[in-house]
Amino acid sequence: MADCQETLNELHRYLDEELSAERVEEIIGHLKGCTDCQEAYEFHAVLRQSIREKAQRDEISDGFLDRLKECLGDEVMGDDPNS
Amino acid sequence: MEAREKFTNDAMQYAPQLFSTALRMTRNRADAEDLVQETFIKAWRSYATFQEGTNLRAWLFRIMTNTFINKYNAQQRRPQETEMDEVEELFLFRRLGAFDQSKMTQSAEDQLLELFTDDEVKNALEELPDMFRLPVLLSDVDGFSYKEIAEMLDVPIGTVMSRLHRGRKMMQKLLYAYAKERGLVDESLLSPQE
Repeated sequence: MADCQETLNELHRYLDEELSAERVEEIIGHLKGCTDCQEAYEFHAVLRQSIREKAQRDEISDGFLDRLKECLGDEVMGDDPNS
Repeated sequence: MEAREKFTNDAMQYAPQLFSTALRMTRNRADAEDLVQETFIKAWRSYATFQEGTNLRAWLFRIMTNTFINKYNAQQRRPQETEMDEVEELFLFRRLGAFDQSKMTQSAEDQLLELFTDDEVKNALEELPDMFRLPVLLSDVDGFSYKEIAEMLDVPIGTVMSRLHRGRKMMQKLLYAYAKERGLVDESLLSPQE
């Protein structure tokens, strides 16, 4: 099982889903029995969720979406370069 | 279906995500719109090289990240020493006790979700130097794997990991500073050893 230091060091990699299945088991094993690390984990998980949601709340203008579709249309793009 | 029609249908669904990331990269709306448009045009022009069944979203983000780096000469500049200040591990978590509970009314999880405003999160991301901002954006906001980010930035995976580590710590420090400016923090609440 992982200890506190190892768990905290690997917290982000765990949240990033970049650890091996075996290591994930060890981290989960530690988190189950350690309130301090569990709190640190929950804090970072919610912080991540908050950053993800808030950083994607941007209004995209209809005018821009129309322009984007238009530039993919025949006139601007010319013939299909892939054919 | 005609290739053009298929490309437009498939790619347009990612326009809002690409736009948000472009906005954090360029920090302004007009440049972000140009960047997304250029990405779509480049993607269409090389659509023949795109392998059906692979990840279109990752491919579009890769084109956009490359375009941004080349166009804005991003990522080259080494941050000033002042921007490189060492930040301790778990910076924000260790300071949670300083957040004035009386100014928060929701449940613990909702409190944390709403601790920072949309603008504070966006500003913190935009304040990071390019070299840290790009990996943090691509990972924390867009959810790409280390391997995908390494390919997009054309750096080794180890570099992605160390920049992410550093960038996230800087981000926490910035968020804490904003909360302090907003009067949410009372540092006298922290015990001395913290």
